[in-house]
Amino acid sequence: MIHDRFVTGHGGTKIPIPYQPVDQVGAEERAAFFTKRSIKKASKLDALYTIISMIDLTTLEGADTPGRVKQLCAKARFPIPSGIDQELSQHPKARPMPSVAAVCVYPNMVPHAARALEGTDIHLASVATGFPAGQVPLNIRVADVKAAVSYGADEIDMVINRSAFLSGDYQTVFDEIVQIKEACGEAHLKVILETGELLTYDRVQFASHLAMLAGADFIKTSTGKVNPAATLPVTLVMLNAIKDYHRSTGVKIGMKPAGGIRTAKQAIQYLCMVNEVLGPDWLTPDMFRFGASSLLNDVLKQIYKQITGRYYYDKIFSID
Amino acid sequence: MSGINQASSHIAKTTKLFIKGEFPRTESGRSFPVKVHGGEQVFAHICQASRKDLRNAVEAAKAAQPGWAGRTAYNRAQILYRMAEMAEGKRHELVEGLKTLMGLSEDKADQEVQQGIDSLVYYAGFADKYSQVMASVNPVAGPFHNFTTPDAVGVVGLLYDRDFSLAHFFSTIAAVVCAGNSVVVVFDQPGAALLSEMGEIFKTSDLPAGVINLLSGHLDELYSFLGEHMEVHSILYTGNDSQRLGELKEMAIENMKRVVPWTFDNCDLEPIVSFTESKTVWHPVGI
Amino acid sequence: MLSKNKDSKKKKKKNKQGKSKDAKVKKTEASRKPFQFDYDESLESTDVVNIKEKNQLFINGRFVDPAEGKYFPTLNPGTGDVLAEVAEASGKDVDRAVQAARKAYENVWSKMSGQERGRYIFRIARLLQERAREFAVLETLDNGKPIKESRDNDIPLVAAHFFYNAGWADKLDFAFPGKKLKPLGVAAQIIPWNFPLLMAAWKIAPALATGNTVVLKPAETTSLSALLLAEVIQESGLPEGVVNIITGAGATGSHLVNHADVNKVAFTGSTAVGKMIAKATAKSNKKLTLELGGKSAHIIYEDAAIDQAVEGVVNGIFFNQGHVCCAGSRLLVEESIAPLVIEKLKDRMSKIRVGNPLDKNTDIGAINSHRELEKIKGFVRDAKQEGWEFYEAAATEPPSQGFYHKPCFFNDVASSATIFRKEVFGPVLTVSTFRTPAEAIAKANDTPYGLAAGVWSEKASKIQKTALGLKAGVIWANTYNKFDPSSPFGGYFESGWGREGGRHGLYPYVEVN
Repeated sequence: MIHDRFVTGHGGTKIPIPYQPVDQVGAEERAAFFTKRSIKKASKLDALYTIISMIDLTTLEGADTPGRVKQLCAKARFPIPSGIDQELSQHPKARPMPSVAAVCVYPNMVPHAARALEGTDIHLASVATGFPAGQVPLNIRVADVKAAVSYGADEIDMVINRSAFLSGDYQTVFDEIVQIKEACGEAHLKVILETGELLTYDRVQFASHLAMLAGADFIKTSTGKVNPAATLPVTLVMLNAIKDYHRSTGVKIGMKPAGGIRTAKQAIQYLCMVNEVLGPDWLTPDMFRFGASSLLNDVLKQIYKQITGRYYYDKIFSID
Repeated sequence: MSGINQASSHIAKTTKLFIKGEFPRTESGRSFPVKVHGGEQVFAHICQASRKDLRNAVEAAKAAQPGWAGRTAYNRAQILYRMAEMAEGKRHELVEGLKTLMGLSEDKADQEVQQGIDSLVYYAGFADKYSQVMASVNPVAGPFHNFTTPDAVGVVGLLYDRDFSLAHFFSTIAAVVCAGNSVVVVFDQPGAALLSEMGEIFKTSDLPAGVINLLSGHLDELYSFLGEHMEVHSILYTGNDSQRLGELKEMAIENMKRVVPWTFDNCDLEPIVSFTESKTVWHPVGI
Repeated sequence: MLSKNKDSKKKKKKNKQGKSKDAKVKKTEASRKPFQFDYDESLESTDVVNIKEKNQLFINGRFVDPAEGKYFPTLNPGTGDVLAEVAEASGKDVDRAVQAARKAYENVWSKMSGQERGRYIFRIARLLQERAREFAVLETLDNGKPIKESRDNDIPLVAAHFFYNAGWADKLDFAFPGKKLKPLGVAAQIIPWNFPLLMAAWKIAPALATGNTVVLKPAETTSLSALLLAEVIQESGLPEGVVNIITGAGATGSHLVNHADVNKVAFTGSTAVGKMIAKATAKSNKKLTLELGGKSAHIIYEDAAIDQAVEGVVNGIFFNQGHVCCAGSRLLVEESIAPLVIEKLKDRMSKIRVGNPLDKNTDIGAINSHRELEKIKGFVRDAKQEGWEFYEAAATEPPSQGFYHKPCFFNDVASSATIFRKEVFGPVLTVSTFRTPAEAIAKANDTPYGLAAGVWSEKASKIQKTALGLKAGVIWANTYNKFDPSSPFGGYFESGWGREGGRHGLYPYVEVN
């Protein structure tokens, strides 16, 4: 943390943004370490159930319809077909099936999702701010957020202004997050860095701090619309930034890798990483989320296998 | 004009030691006479270096070595070449000395000196090349740049235990310093009688003080001090005495000196290799 | 629900029974609480290995009983139980082995073309790869290192060493331009217990590639993988006597080193034993290479990538239980960042899993022997008595049976302290600070050893300058403890003579003309 860059906060206060270089090879090596963890038996089952409870079940398509969103919300509430749930619950190893953490949709779909989730404690997240590129005027991005909140979203997934970030205008990136945060009101803010467009871990680290200082409740890797999306190393760099931020401020920021996490095996690796980098305090849906859709069914299959000892076949699980 | 005739008109001088670029007398006050070849006439009184002188020389060599190794290879090459030029300037004295002290013919003596000068030039030309020949970039299986380069061993103790040959003497010293080492040479008569001439060559070649140190003395007395000295990193032994070589190897064990028996007939890369360590550096390749 | 949590004081403790009880709790609550993620044991199966009760000597292509019929036990350090019995080679057995090697050298190996020699070595590499898991499990059982390391580090590197050197066999003319290389003859090779099979590969592969024949003696506590290698060698069809593997302790090694018909001695191990061997061979013409101890410095400048540097420190000293001659055992941190580095190091250490070497999640396995464990404990006890600030941590409690030591460090240690100067050869780090690069380099070099060093900075020119100043054979810049068959390894000063690996690693096995 040698050379700090500054942004100007409320009332003209200078806020230093920690800059901590990241060695790519070392970070990737460390991330690969977590792929070697071998999670078996009860700890695996624990992990699988926990993963479900951390999923932001997501659909972000131009083709999303009220019907499609309704189905997704049903899956969010009852991830597993009731017949199979009953079969599993006979088994001593089985635990009650949690619902997912949230459903994540476009603003236009929020009203439909809000209706479908009524009476549950599943959160409703909306991407906003001209998702995914964010290349629309700020007032429109702010209005986007306000609309989503007014429709019933209690979590907002915004994208940072990469154009400003990559041109070195960190003040704009910062100010915009501050304004979006304001527009969120009570809703919680996840700030998407779109790491696949920042490309270096140094920048990911820096952008993480910028977002946290500007008011992010969560930092999030990706929109899922850019490749690469979430990776273990990029998540590691962000977890380290969260840790450093916690060390210096005492504030705990949440983390959400999104995009590209499709298998239970991958998700368990992320969980191990959170466990060993940030510790158990972050192993809760309040502090860690997976932005994913197909992940859910893979986790369910693994739970089925783990409990019954039998291999699943796809058709016993509902598509959504 | 024969060497002997010249010697007869010669005032027998006391040849001093060459330590840290200076010509001190031995602190012990001891000397021994070196006679002209085949005669009883004293050519010179030679300082008989003591253990204390040896320590001073090693001290000087230790202090000088990092700076010498830190010079650019080009600069070391230039200085070695300068040594050859200075030796050329002393050709007459050296030839006369060899004739007088060793009974060499004019031709033979001249040939000796020429060979000595040639070896200085040879190693001058190698100083900025041996690392290119010895180094490697190693294709490790991972995102790392990995390379190996030669590094000087440090302080070399040269025990000159054989019949004196100027060509050979220059060649050993040049090889050792070429690789960035400093050297403490222990030798005795008749070569020791030429210590002043050789010291002057080294002193006037822009060679940093302490890189080459010459001690005349009795090998039987000094070899164990050299072999046991903890600041000496390598021993170069030129003799054929396998018993003594074995002893030196045993003495070397305490600080794991590299003991190198000099088996090199010609100027070559091998002597340089013998007085280098390989250093391998890894560095990740990433953004 | 989603809230910016200030540090919550409540830390949940759960055991396995606790978990299943919790499962009855209302689902929302259960899913919202942090859970204690304890990794259940994930043991590597030992079915792949078939350990013989009595393990014979491998001489002249056959497994034979020792002349005096003596056997000694080898333990599983993970449990302390006897694993098998291993033959103790006497002087007579050593003589048989050297004779076999001599005969093979004179009659077969020295006459064979490089290409043909290479073919055998390639074949050995392939066979090793095919039986990799078997070797990994056996190595972990006999040595105590985590299966993760034997599986992902040791055994793949073993195969790589044979593969790399195999290719040299018919290309020796390119190794040292303008020079003709001649093999030396019979090579006596003595290896340590920290990387049993890897050290065997480091020794055997270049010796064979350059046309020498071999008598190898593994360390007495870790003979089994070398004997399994003997089976692979047999299977490869390597002419009998080209490689002989004899087991035993110091006396066997002494017979081997002193054998008159040996041309070359190569040893990896402690500086004390290395010096004994140097003495034993001083008055002979045996060419000697030694890879000895170290007390390697690990420098972190304030402009380093600190998280990766801390990882490098952990890897530097706790890899293989710290039983690594090049372990980065002296951490030198720029004073301005010392508190941060210490905090991060402590945190990282608290995540290290010490335990059953066969558990795939074990990061630090068992200390190889009771004797080594006592030695490490002795160093720690003495340093504590001297009053140096001590810290130890691990995520798990080591098993009660077997030989284990938690990772630990001594902070703010003076460079005069014993723990700063002596090689511990265990998971024990010392930490000191420096103010300037010159001071860092001087402190790093303030040791009779010179095997390795580490340096961390994001400033390239500072890395170059530091690497130039460090007197060590291997310098890891912004990384640590990396090994590769193409990369020369070996030390300055009391860390030994010669290099192993790469083109430079051929040199100790040849006469250059």
